[in-house]
Amino acid sequence: MTQFPSPDRTMANLAVAEALPDILPPIRRRGPVRTFIARHPTLVLGAGLLLLLVLTAVLAPWLGTLDPGALAPARRLRPPSGNNWFGTDQLGRDIYSRVIYGTRASLMVGFGVSLLSSLVGLAIGLVSGFVRWSDGLIMRAMDGLMSIPPVLLAIALMTLSRGSMGNVILAITIAEIPRVSRLIRGVVLSLRDQPYVDAAIACGTRTPMIIFRHILPNTLAPMTVQATYICASAMILEAILSFVGAGTPPSIPSWGNIMAEGRALWQVKPYIVFFPALFLSTTVLAVNLLGDGLRDALDPRMVKGV
Amino acid sequence: MALLEVENLQTHFRTPEGVNRAVEGVSFHVEEGETLAIVGESGCGKSVTSMSLMRLIPPSAGRIAGSIRFDGRDLLGLPEREMRSIRGNDISMIFQEPLTSLNPVLTIGYQIGETLRLHQGLSAAEARAKAIEMLTLVGISEPARRIACYPHELSGGMRQRVMIAIALACNPRLLIADEPTTALDVTIQAQILDLMRDLKQRVGAAIVLITHDLGVVAEMAERVMVMYAGRKVEEAPVAQLFKTPRHPYTRGLLGAIPRLGSSLTGRQERLAEIPGQVPSLKNRITGCVFAGRCSQADEICRTIAPGLETKAPGHFAACHQALREEAPS
Amino acid sequence: MLIYLLKRLLTTVPVMLLVGLFVFSLLFVVPGDPAAMIAGDQASIADIARIRASLGLDRPFPVQFWNWLWRLAHGDLGQSIFSDQPVTMLIGQRVGPTLSLMGMTMLVSVGLAVPMGVIAAWKAGSLIDRFLMALAVLGFSLPVFVVGYMLAYVFALNLDWLPVQGYVPMDDGLWPWLSRLILPSASLGCVYVALIARITRATMLEVLTQDYVRTARAKGLGSASILMIHALKNASVPIVTVIGLGIALLIGGTVVTESVFAIPGLGRLTIDAILHRDYPVIQGVVLLCSGTYVLINLLIDLCYNLLDPRIRY
Repeated sequence: MTQFPSPDRTMANLAVAEALPDILPPIRRRGPVRTFIARHPTLVLGAGLLLLLVLTAVLAPWLGTLDPGALAPARRLRPPSGNNWFGTDQLGRDIYSRVIYGTRASLMVGFGVSLLSSLVGLAIGLVSGFVRWSDGLIMRAMDGLMSIPPVLLAIALMTLSRGSMGNVILAITIAEIPRVSRLIRGVVLSLRDQPYVDAAIACGTRTPMIIFRHILPNTLAPMTVQATYICASAMILEAILSFVGAGTPPSIPSWGNIMAEGRALWQVKPYIVFFPALFLSTTVLAVNLLGDGLRDALDPRMVKGV
Repeated sequence: MALLEVENLQTHFRTPEGVNRAVEGVSFHVEEGETLAIVGESGCGKSVTSMSLMRLIPPSAGRIAGSIRFDGRDLLGLPEREMRSIRGNDISMIFQEPLTSLNPVLTIGYQIGETLRLHQGLSAAEARAKAIEMLTLVGISEPARRIACYPHELSGGMRQRVMIAIALACNPRLLIADEPTTALDVTIQAQILDLMRDLKQRVGAAIVLITHDLGVVAEMAERVMVMYAGRKVEEAPVAQLFKTPRHPYTRGLLGAIPRLGSSLTGRQERLAEIPGQVPSLKNRITGCVFAGRCSQADEICRTIAPGLETKAPGHFAACHQALREEAPS
Repeated sequence: MLIYLLKRLLTTVPVMLLVGLFVFSLLFVVPGDPAAMIAGDQASIADIARIRASLGLDRPFPVQFWNWLWRLAHGDLGQSIFSDQPVTMLIGQRVGPTLSLMGMTMLVSVGLAVPMGVIAAWKAGSLIDRFLMALAVLGFSLPVFVVGYMLAYVFALNLDWLPVQGYVPMDDGLWPWLSRLILPSASLGCVYVALIARITRATMLEVLTQDYVRTARAKGLGSASILMIHALKNASVPIVTVIGLGIALLIGGTVVTESVFAIPGLGRLTIDAILHRDYPVIQGVVLLCSGTYVLINLLIDLCYNLLDPRIRY
């Protein structure tokens, strides 16, 4: 039996594989911008809405508003009309103007709390993660703080202090700090066991350098996502505090205040409550969508959903 | 008629980057009581082929086309409900990683009995008795006590025995074993292979054995099919494949086996490896899929995809360059 | 197991002590004179002095804290500044409605949210999944009182199906009690349902990619048994954890819900106390709620090994 290398092959004696049809429709490839929108619709939607609200807050005086504090006893409790788009309250103040200006209060509290609690939480988390003896102490303290429901904690703080925007931000910040600290501590602990951090420590790199080079860049993504969610919950908390009378002083138009003022009349004059409620819900929704989008975009491994 | 006849099987997945043609035009058959091994590197479509046989590819992920005839019935045409009554009953599967393949929060007794209650309508007590019997069969001591155990309380080898007990509980006619020994210690591997051979004789099921371990192939299989980049590139009876591999890819695979004692002979033989890597399946490939890594590839190989042709009786390969046995004149 | 239980109970003691210390020391830490703050702007100097004495602010902090703890250990939460009644009595009068509201909300929410999350995970990527998750984001974003007013406006005022406000104890009949709890529970539960549905979906999605789910499908099981027996039990630990942690949200929401629906519970008590800056009452409510919260989460911790045999104490 002899074997031979294939002789001069011609098309006729070649075995050709049968060409098979495609069983799935081809997948359309889009441009980078459209791909981004298609993959992160919540991110784009949330960011867009939030941008619009920031513009509203900044441009409030030029959006056809009146002085939100101007009393007009002659025009009390007018339903929405061409003159007063959202109607007037029991003191005759223009609800549209108050709601538009209220955007400022809500965004200020939201951004203020997320910034402050991130910074303080970052500091606490870093100390707890790097200074071993302090870890147990700090974390037990955080456990204690965390076991007080945030709304009650903020209420307790506000009963003992003068109602002002700054105090509201502080009170909510204190309620949110444990969450950020735990997150940062978790990241620090998981990173500290990484071989490259061990190597850096073994090479005598000083702790601040390790923190700046290896730890901080890795905390950025989870912290941004967390800060977004904190922003949303701070806005709701502010509204709750104002609504129960422990929040921003009535002189500042905030959505919670407007709703608190409309509370007694909601069965007969529902519009007083309706418009601030609509704005508040939209804003919180925008921030939450942004948070969901950021989480998916920053960490593709994470399961979409929570 | 063969027990299983697969023709032009295609399994394609949707991915954001394009369609992944994981299995493209694979045909083979398995006779009653026979063991067919499917070999190839990881990512060559072996596992996808086995999942396709059971129709375990979720429709949201991809599509299966071609024909899979089991005992004369076309599985791809069956309604899902009838397919479910075949899974775990007529065809069952053993997976690679026994720790993750067993449900950690259910007792092994429940997991064995579940199939029996489902397919044979046994009562809980009957299923329990049969589960104990199955555990005895796969060589687990104190079965009556062990059925109340959770998977994490058993060793790796025992877990794989439990997997085998689950797979064989309903006396299947076809057993698909997807890398059944890869995750186990070498000594345990041998025990599990012995067990499978022994049980195969007793139960008489045909086996489709998926592996990348040619040692396991030599020990277990009667026929071998080699896959590369989602295609079948060679098929032959096991002895013949080891003796005269026809496809350059198969020769590469065989060359990659470390041989015992090679370092003692003084010749520092390097473990052969096949240069290059498996081509991306997300674009249509013109010509032979192996051409990019093949030392013999020429212009024809790069332009015309080779079909399977008979290189010797019972020996098929898809290669323009492969030697053909001259027909006796 | 019993030793573990005792150990765990002991670990809650420092946490509760910390909560107590924190709540108590607020009086001393807050800038300015808390007595003057509580007394209000129109108070006379004598009023302020009286409040200072009743809060014990005139004595050194450690002595005060010790006395306060000592009385707390004997079930004495102090006196209300406004009504001069013992705080424990005030709380005792208001616990019933709040418990009804919270219990009902938890029951209905969990019963609704878990199936929602399971279905969303099962049909991941489909229209129904997107719809359910859109609902969840919405439920997460709508503040309690917004939902409350919306529901009350539609179902009570316009359709007149249910009473608008108020509360009736269960002794006065099951339906009167239930009918007044439906709308408050629905508004209070929104956030809770959203939270649980999202964690259920995420955990189930992860579980459904596991090898043992593939094994279950290879056994020929149908979707129902795969989801309910093989997947859900594996997903239960994170879900139950979030159910416990989410109670903090419920407690906060109760304050507002009771105000919207005029339910005379602990939330109303808190709001009235805010109005009068009645700190001892607020202190009492905070302690009670935190204690309950810690205990419930301890119980949930102890349930883990029923759900997952790999967790052993």
